[in-house]
Amino acid sequence: MILLDLLPIALLGAFLGMDVVTFPQAMISRPIVAATVAGAFIGNAMAGLVMGAVLELLALEMLPFGASRYPDWGSASVVGGALFAAQPGSPSGALAASLFAALVTAMISGRSMVWLRRFNASLAAHEHDALEMGSAKAVTGLQLYGLSLDLVRGFAVTFASMLVFSPLIRAIVDSWGTDSRYSRGVVVTIVAAVSAGAIWKIFHLVPRARLLFVAGLAIGAFVLVSA
Amino acid sequence: MTATNVSSEQRLPVATWMRMYLRLFAVQGAWNYETMLGNGIAFCTEPALRQLPGGTGGSRYAQAIGRQARYFNAHPYLAGVAVGALTRAELDDVPPAMIERFRTALGGPLGSVGDRLVWASWLPLCSLIALLAFGVGARPLTVVAIFLVIYNIGHLALRAWGLRVGFQRGLRVADALAHPVLRKGPQVIGMLAALIAGVAIPLAAREVVGGGRQLSSGIIILAMAGGVLLARLGGRVEGWRISLVVLAVFVLFSVIR
Repeated sequence: MILLDLLPIALLGAFLGMDVVTFPQAMISRPIVAATVAGAFIGNAMAGLVMGAVLELLALEMLPFGASRYPDWGSASVVGGALFAAQPGSPSGALAASLFAALVTAMISGRSMVWLRRFNASLAAHEHDALEMGSAKAVTGLQLYGLSLDLVRGFAVTFASMLVFSPLIRAIVDSWGTDSRYSRGVVVTIVAAVSAGAIWKIFHLVPRARLLFVAGLAIGAFVLVSA
Repeated sequence: MTATNVSSEQRLPVATWMRMYLRLFAVQGAWNYETMLGNGIAFCTEPALRQLPGGTGGSRYAQAIGRQARYFNAHPYLAGVAVGALTRAELDDVPPAMIERFRTALGGPLGSVGDRLVWASWLPLCSLIALLAFGVGARPLTVVAIFLVIYNIGHLALRAWGLRVGFQRGLRVADALAHPVLRKGPQVIGMLAALIAGVAIPLAAREVVGGGRQLSSGIIILAMAGGVLLARLGGRVEGWRISLVVLAVFVLFSVIR
């Protein structure tokens, strides 16, 4: 992937990174959407969807409650989807390596959101007197600054991640020594375990949730066996 | 700007409603650890505050903007309730001290109700429906469309409802939070999500394994054991961080072996 190819992906990461918190929170940043769109950008939407589903299963666990710190799945899913979709024929190890890259990006990007929030706080403190005086210009200015900086943040994180991980993933895939079946098996085991744990955490206080989950598993098992 | 005094019985112009509604999508634009949503609330109420006596150059406008830009926190989708109610209070010339107390009282309930309804119920349900669609082999565009359409029907409706009910009820808006959808919704959605999760997770896992291969018993047993372990650990560990560590070790092992 040459530098120019990274720009549309970085722009996509910027807009979808914004969606996580600042604008418009329509959940276009959810992995199942963001990674699929990134895959489509590369010309392999199906690969993007596979990565999106894997990340979505992991993301079920992290709910974006108020001021809590959580990973930025938007930009990370773009990175993961684009990296996986860019590996022709989905070779052995591509899914595991791309997922690793996406998770590292999610961690760094989540950290960058905290920095941005702190910076926004310092901007708000700087404008404190103007805000107390009722300056609509200061209010709008802070909103526009925040939105623009979040866009820049998403762009920078996605661009840097793609720059680092594109050659790295290619090198990892070239020297991958584990069988394709086991490679995917490890990924599936991890994400299925995390998602099952997440479902329990979220819904264990809901009446009959355990029974309904087991009933669902039975239906799922029946479909798996009969398919 | 020409100012029009708007009493509570009068309606806001449609263009003002639209501005407020659209601004709600950027209510967290300047979110920070000090004032949280405060600036966003001022940003969203501002189009309606132009209707105050004296217009944008008047003292009531400036005082109202100053008040609304102070600390406030709520769920972003239910911030519309606060925006509507606070707008109404400012236009009705409610005493500033009462508006301050109302702001303080409103944030907590709007946060907890929204978190339970949206982040802990509606969003996981929509994710699981999309994963189920993926698990049964739906095409990428179909999966994305299913998620975005279903999720955003709830999202857009909740924002619009919040703004409308907030303005209609003003300082008495707390009653609206007892709406059956807000009270019972999380429980009903949670039950449905638990059922769908049971079906969706194994089917999605099989689809990720791909190539028409079935899930091996080893994967199923390990996944269930891992799920139980993570559930027992509760909020003490984050599964995605454990996944990152395990993946790092696995990638390293696969490269150097």
